[in-house]
Amino acid sequence: MDDVMAAPRAVTSAVLPILEAQHVTKRFAFGAETITALSDASLRIDKGEFICLIGPSGCGKSTLLRMVAGFESASEGSLLMWGKPVAAPGPDRGMVFQDYGLFPWLTVTQNVGFGPAARGRPKAEVAATARRFVDMVGLTRFADAYPHQLSGGMKQRVAIARVLANDAEVVLMDEPFGALDAFTRERLQEELLDIWAKAKLTVIFVTHAIEEAIILADRVVVMSPGPGRIVADERIDLARPRDPTSPEFNALRRHLSGLLGGHH
Amino acid sequence: MSVLGARGISPRQVLLAVAAPVLGILAWHLSTTGRAYSLIPPPWDVAVQWWDLAFGGVWDDLYSETLLTHTLASLSRVYGGFALAAAVALPLGMLIGRIAVVRDLLDPTLQILRPIPVTAWLPLAMIVFGIGPRSAFFLVFLGAFYPILLNTIFGVKNVEGRLFEAAAMLGVSRQAIFWKVVLPAALPSIFTGLRLGLGFAWVVIVVGEMTGVQTGLGAIIMEARQLSRTEIVVSGMVTIGVLGFLSDQAVQALGRRLLRWSPQHG
Ligand SMILES: Nc1ncnc2c1ncn2[C@@H]1O[C@H](COP(=O)(O)OP(=O)(O)OP(=O)(O)O)[C@@H](O)[C@H]1O
Ligand SMILES: [Mg+2]
Repeated sequence: MDDVMAAPRAVTSAVLPILEAQHVTKRFAFGAETITALSDASLRIDKGEFICLIGPSGCGKSTLLRMVAGFESASEGSLLMWGKPVAAPGPDRGMVFQDYGLFPWLTVTQNVGFGPAARGRPKAEVAATARRFVDMVGLTRFADAYPHQLSGGMKQRVAIARVLANDAEVVLMDEPFGALDAFTRERLQEELLDIWAKAKLTVIFVTHAIEEAIILADRVVVMSPGPGRIVADERIDLARPRDPTSPEFNALRRHLSGLLGGHH
Repeated sequence: MSVLGARGISPRQVLLAVAAPVLGILAWHLSTTGRAYSLIPPPWDVAVQWWDLAFGGVWDDLYSETLLTHTLASLSRVYGGFALAAAVALPLGMLIGRIAVVRDLLDPTLQILRPIPVTAWLPLAMIVFGIGPRSAFFLVFLGAFYPILLNTIFGVKNVEGRLFEAAAMLGVSRQAIFWKVVLPAALPSIFTGLRLGLGFAWVVIVVGEMTGVQTGLGAIIMEARQLSRTEIVVSGMVTIGVLGFLSDQAVQALGRRLLRWSPQHG
């Protein structure tokens, strides 16, 4: 179902995908019951692709992301990175958590520099990298503040900077811009696309906003709940930067909206 | 940057804090001064006695100018016992909190030992350690031990799971997790344990010095009691109160520096 048939990608789809989910099912024990969070999901992602996952609450978006990160293992099926099963979390897959997960005892700068420092980069390099990404997410003034002194949106930006500063190959983002104001969100969307292109990142980005998905993604993967599954995988072939007022954009918006609405 | 608000104490707070003891001393004064046969000495007599204990020149008896000696003796036991308790309870608490085998091995036993009050250990301590400072030291150690141990266990056990995930995806190795995540995350609890432990060390010092030691604030309180020199008893009490208070203030100041990041401490 996920085989890309169109010609432009024919070359890349022949090479090994960076990530591949093969019939992945995830069940959770919930008291005496079993909840199927994700059912028979198959997905193939090439290096450098920007994937947006959209779908209603509870359809397994976070679950899929957490399995790619290596925090959960699949109940059935397999998850491969460069053809090898994902066994554990690692710095090649950075995650921006829905609830931030910042280290409360570290300042903004120290949180951002945490990854490089943990991986033994030289002090000067850690400091320079941290400063660059703190500036990038617009937190220069709060570089020495602790997480409890920041607003939700600011914490979210630290979480993003922390993963970008760590040079991950795959960046997993769980509704990273949900808590931001429209202005900051637009700016960070641009920054993210910029970094994605420059650093050749592979991004899986969870969002509830259809428009955000169309602005960002190469492919929008649509999921539906009960049990969570993948119902569509749409390629967005618009040139960037994308204009949300264009007719093509609107047509896509209507199309995706229909896909989502039809599965409630 | 003014994100960190300075912790200022307003004059009103000082006034309120001082009001209670002042009223207490006033009530004490009114109910004791001028009575011929009061068993409780009036505050002024206690003040004079305290002065004589500290600097002499009033009674010039056996107790004059001995306060410093007794204070230093008690201080060394309080801080010595506390330090030893911390040295044992911190690593032990970390092991119990993080390693299931150690927990299963030691936790039940410690749970049974814990409710036994320090006073109940007194006779046994005197048999094992003999009459004198070693028993006092042991009892102070015991008083400080459990609060440090329990809070350390609690702290290292209750690290938010998300932080382990964050560290793992940022590339922290398994061996480094303890130093990079567990310990800093547990620091507020550990600190609370140390603070409580030091407080308990001051609480049990009098019991500890009931073991027949010659010097120490607890020792003179016990001795003065037998001699019915209640002014000395109260002077000793006041001294312990003030020293305990100052030592807690110092610990708290340290905590505010180390735990600036924590909303509860910063
Ligand atoms: N650890 C867990 N234990 C039990 N059930 C879980 C667990 N994690 C997720 N689930 C269940 O799996 C389903 C999918 O959850 P998931 O968090 O992946 O949804 P989501 O698509 O990210 O939703 P949202 O948009 O609200 O974040 C839900 O029904 C949830 O209750
Ligand atoms: Mg989610």
